[in-house]
Amino acid sequence: MSRLATAFGKAHPALVCFITAGDGDTAANLDALVEGGADVIELGMPFTDPMADGPAIQSANLRSLSAGTTTADVLRYAAEFRARHPHVPLVLMGYANPMVRRGPEWFASAAAQAGVDGVICVDIPPEEDDALGPALRARGIAPIRLATPTTDAARLPQVLEGSQGFLYYVSVAGITGKQQAAIESIAANVARIKQSTSLPVAVGFGVRTPEQAGAIARVADGVVVGSALVELCGAHGAEAPARLRELTAALAHAVHTARQEQLA
Amino acid sequence: MNTPLNSFRTMPDERGHFGPFGGRYVAETLMPLVLELEREYRKAQADPAFEAEFNDLLEHYVGRPSPLYFAPRLTEELGGAQVWFKRDELNHTGAHKINNCIGQILLAIRMGKRRIIAETGAGQHGVATATVCARFGLPCVVYMGAEDVKRQSPNVFRMKLLGAEVVPVTSGRATLKDAMNEALRDWVANVHDTFYIIGTAAGPHPYPEMVRNFQSVIGREARAQMLGRTGRLPDLLVAAIGGGSNALGLFHPFLDDPSVKMLGVEAAGHGLDGDEHAASLLGGSPGVLHGNRTYLLQDEDGQITEGHSISAGLDYPGIGPEHAWLKESGRVDYTAVTDEEALDAFQLLCRTEGIIPALEPSHAIAAVKKVAPTMPKDAIILANLCGRGDKDIFTVAERLGVAL
Repeated sequence: MSRLATAFGKAHPALVCFITAGDGDTAANLDALVEGGADVIELGMPFTDPMADGPAIQSANLRSLSAGTTTADVLRYAAEFRARHPHVPLVLMGYANPMVRRGPEWFASAAAQAGVDGVICVDIPPEEDDALGPALRARGIAPIRLATPTTDAARLPQVLEGSQGFLYYVSVAGITGKQQAAIESIAANVARIKQSTSLPVAVGFGVRTPEQAGAIARVADGVVVGSALVELCGAHGAEAPARLRELTAALAHAVHTARQEQLA
Repeated sequence: MNTPLNSFRTMPDERGHFGPFGGRYVAETLMPLVLELEREYRKAQADPAFEAEFNDLLEHYVGRPSPLYFAPRLTEELGGAQVWFKRDELNHTGAHKINNCIGQILLAIRMGKRRIIAETGAGQHGVATATVCARFGLPCVVYMGAEDVKRQSPNVFRMKLLGAEVVPVTSGRATLKDAMNEALRDWVANVHDTFYIIGTAAGPHPYPEMVRNFQSVIGREARAQMLGRTGRLPDLLVAAIGGGSNALGLFHPFLDDPSVKMLGVEAAGHGLDGDEHAASLLGGSPGVLHGNRTYLLQDEDGQITEGHSISAGLDYPGIGPEHAWLKESGRVDYTAVTDEEALDAFQLLCRTEGIIPALEPSHAIAAVKKVAPTMPKDAIILANLCGRGDKDIFTVAERLGVAL
């Protein structure tokens, strides 16, 4: 069973945590997420033009690039993480251009070698799957697609076709780190999506607090938290790992116990 | 009209690809909207009423057809081919940008959108968008890099007079590409009621095709005018290229006339040998940005680099995907001229023809200045004078060391 399938096959919903590679002490920050209880790690590949991101992750991208982070660095962080944490799934998330710069085959093969389990590419929709999808699937890396409130029933099958690992449901039509959608709308959309797929559905965009994460965990297979963690990396420098561990632990507790409370 | 088998005018394909370029590289939130836009655009294309309204506005509001002008003193000075200009700088708002804005706002209204957004660099597209929004009574938000807001204050004031809200963008490096990022972020958050009027023949399909088609009025008029005036087609078309919409507008109707050669002129800034230029085709490489695959200024990791040009309108690190394809197909030749050469050409046209050109077409004029002397006197060059230079006098004065 793949690391992603194992993570989403646990008795409780999965906490998916995002940070940007090269923003602070990446190894220490990643370890803090694992120690805090994250089930899946998303490692952001910095890009000069993060069009789908709000201010928090935009700033993290710029901090990382200003510090000189390269694609080789990102892959090295991934490979070292894999050596330290053989069982925790690691997903790269980012934009098309840095991924396809040397060709999709090069990227897929380098990511596979680094022990990467999945790739989320924000700006490669199913219509342009040829640009990266076949190369990833051929090397056993899950292309993880996004579905959004604008992905209607007619379009959903196309999004699911060729998706692997899990489906990332973007809860709001908008950018990362802003407002969260009403839980009723999230519940209805996740239920609708789950009728069409056996893939786990993780929900992200705008999830900042343990309370929000817990509420979503009652209706979805996973909860993605990004901007709130990335802000800690930006604000606390060398102290960031401790802060990340603390917030991740609170989020993990809320997510992992959400359904117990529901039953009680 | 039958298109020949080897036509250059049949692109893009049904997926919006121009060979390996173009496409729809956008976030999933935008995909349904981009698909709807394509459906609505196809319906509008098939509707004679849409075309009639577009043409009516071009005639009575924009002032089309723009004149085709033979430049006798410039021709004499260069001592070679006859130089003719398509005078799109005489349009309402002073540039070709308005042609496209008229088309897109009519489409926005058909689609029931109630709010317009746009990006702008120098401010010309922002002014054209603010203009059509005032004309049709729709609220308008223009994203503009904070650096450009400072450098282009007259255009910022124009947009405000026209009722637009100008939002200075401080993210990234606060220039045109960052303004485009911010417009995309607005669009993704307001897809239900907002129409994004993109200013050049780039972005996700169908924008490159749609903008090209709206701008093709330039080439259709020029082709008929030239045939009417001289009884023949020009030998060479010349146009400046930033994103590439004025060049495609001129070139596209001529692409299947094999005797007509074409030259696109990029901004070489301080020179193609360094990093201080905006020549995506001649000094860049293929990649994916802002919804399409095209030539980009980028480093080895695919990070986008900043262009430079004296002309803010050419200062963009990408180019429309159809130009990328036309370059690789060999149908159009591309060259680049430096800031200095453009500045010389700017003054040359002022002096010889009594026309103050914008810095963008000054690049085309600089290329004409190089190529005209090498051609026989009975040859005809047609260059697109896509904008007037009023907006640029401050930049030019500064470069010439004149205090205003």
